[in-house]
Amino acid sequence: MTGPLFDIAVTVARIAVFFAFCFGLVVVMTWVERKGAAYIQDRRGPNRADIFGIRAWGLFHPLADALKFLFKEDFIPDNAHRLFYQMAPMFSLAPAILGIAIIPFGPDVTVMGRTIALQIADLNVGILYLFAVSGMTVYGVVLAGWASGSKYPLLGGLRSSAQMLSYEVSMGLSLIGIFMVFESVRMSQIVAGQGGLLFGVLPKWGVFVQPLGFILFLVAQYAEANRTPFDLPEGESELVAGYHTEYASFKFSMFMMAEYLHMVVGAAVVATLFFGGWQFPYLGDAGFLFPGGFAVAVPPALVLLLRIGSFVAKVLFFAWLYVWVRWTIPRFRYDQVMRLGWKVMLPLSLLNIFATGLILLLLNR
Amino acid sequence: METVLFILFGAIAVCGAVMVVTRKHPMASALYLILTLFAVAALFVLRQAHFLAAIQVIIYAGAVVVLFVFVIMLINVPEDRLPVERATTIRVLGVLAAGFFILESAVLARRYVMPKGPAAEVGTVEAVGRALFTDYLLAFEITSVLLLAAVIGAIALAKRKI
Amino acid sequence: MTIGVIKVARPREMSFPESLYLLEIVKGLGVTMGHLLSNIVRQEGIKTIEYPEVRRPMPPRFRGKHRLMKRENGAPRCVACYCCSTACPAKCITIVAGESPDPAVEKYPVRFDIDMLRCVFCGMCVEACPCDAIRMDTGWFTPPDDTREKLIFTIDTLLEK
Ligand code: SF4
Ligand code: SF4
Repeated sequence: MTGPLFDIAVTVARIAVFFAFCFGLVVVMTWVERKGAAYIQDRRGPNRADIFGIRAWGLFHPLADALKFLFKEDFIPDNAHRLFYQMAPMFSLAPAILGIAIIPFGPDVTVMGRTIALQIADLNVGILYLFAVSGMTVYGVVLAGWASGSKYPLLGGLRSSAQMLSYEVSMGLSLIGIFMVFESVRMSQIVAGQGGLLFGVLPKWGVFVQPLGFILFLVAQYAEANRTPFDLPEGESELVAGYHTEYASFKFSMFMMAEYLHMVVGAAVVATLFFGGWQFPYLGDAGFLFPGGFAVAVPPALVLLLRIGSFVAKVLFFAWLYVWVRWTIPRFRYDQVMRLGWKVMLPLSLLNIFATGLILLLLNR
Repeated sequence: METVLFILFGAIAVCGAVMVVTRKHPMASALYLILTLFAVAALFVLRQAHFLAAIQVIIYAGAVVVLFVFVIMLINVPEDRLPVERATTIRVLGVLAAGFFILESAVLARRYVMPKGPAAEVGTVEAVGRALFTDYLLAFEITSVLLLAAVIGAIALAKRKI
Repeated sequence: MTIGVIKVARPREMSFPESLYLLEIVKGLGVTMGHLLSNIVRQEGIKTIEYPEVRRPMPPRFRGKHRLMKRENGAPRCVACYCCSTACPAKCITIVAGESPDPAVEKYPVRFDIDMLRCVFCGMCVEACPCDAIRMDTGWFTPPDDTREKLIFTIDTLLEK
């Protein structure tokens, strides 16, 4: 294949594969959420949908849901602002999809004498791009709340805009420690920086060098994704369903997709920044090298598989953590959310930056 | 290719800006403002100023306009009760002055020759950071003091008894 | 002390590690994971009843759907005395009496409708009946249906069970 054609083919293939992976995970996550919730609460969960009598633990329910959403009546309330009402789900889903672009799914691979990064775009603004697109999600929620022309969605939209703005601040600040340690905002370089060892034993992952930063970032991310314990914009017990109360059929499913896609992308980002991304502990390019000088050689193909596998495993774990936390912790009250955001998270993230800087300064002297 | 993209995004930015001032509904204006900000961010990217583009979207589109939208939602004027703007003398004069200003900037801009080619290594995160904390440190610090004053002022205004 | 005042224990102050929440959240996650794992391993531990296939055993005095009893020869045991429709607080029983072909019996119900949409399942009809002709011991709730007419049970439906 010639040069430019090869590049285009690679780009298209990358986008297709990563996109398919994320959306596949979204579908699976809807099932995991319902089944996991059921088992945590001593119930059985979805188990009825079947294809030719095969029920497969309710695995076909997402399929049934999708069909149901497609064939439901697409309803626009009388009071709604027609145009904005229809735009809101798109505003919600688009940023979630854009987030996939900068996630490194694996190390560079060499195909036909060319190096290919397993990442759609390795921008030099790196994670800032993610902040930029995830800042856009709030418009989907706010617009939905406002355009529905109904009270509960409006309250949900108001809550979410205040909440997202507050937590975006601490989310950004909690990552500065990571940038300082790995001296880059590029995703690929942050992952590469996590390949070493800390004190010769621990893998040099983000959690081990930035434990406080990790906790702050995780909490801020849950707030950004509107997941329990921060799901006030939806708050079923007080706001019916919050901002998407008035939505039905496919528009509703777009909101759902956006929420789950946020979870998947969020899980991938946490795995990349704080858990070494595709790095497998103690696995170098040539094979395992355990502390104490014990080495095992591993063929390069297996190394690649192990690395991509370890990334996927981490993403799955963090996606599950979203579900797990949701069914464990009850929802915060609104003033508690605001207090946590401004009076706890913000000072702590500033403290984290200061402490990181101090330690780096002392170490480098 | 770059020229085509420049013209495309420039046109989007200008059209968006015109729409911001001409739309009747404030929410539509706010959404067009986001469009304009995005188009300007794209222009920054074309000049290799990636950091600036990202910050533009994060701060302006992601935070400032959200506050606008927040206020529009809170006030929530029904569509039939939006105020009707009339063409008063001062407004007509304002539009004329703006047109003159644009013309003047265009004339001035023709004299200034933009450096050809991508301004590499100026717009990256590292370069901006280094410039900010070495050459422009004083300006940076003064800005932060200014922002602090603004924050304190806002609190003093919002909270009468402290 | 005033009468009727109950002293409720106030929640105690949280200790410092508790007020950080982190450890407590991890403990909570442990609890939920415990439930999840034990439910996956032992499905019998799940309380859910798989409804249409498995039914909860109803207590013997549960008042469910009505049924009319039959005599040995298959004729309705009801003698159309109107006791039940008089006793019914919801006034949902409609009876039309007719002369019975059996010389030993005076009357029989030509029509016997119960409007299940109005019935409050109080059981007064059963109490009132002098011949034990109506019972509510089927153990079924009123099933849902898609028209109002189908939920007015006629004598045929009531006699069937
Ligand atoms: S159960 Fe009560 S309400 Fe229902 S038919 Fe009998 S007497 Fe009437
Ligand atoms: S009280 Fe008994 S016998 Fe009398 S009409 Fe009702 S069901 Fe028939």
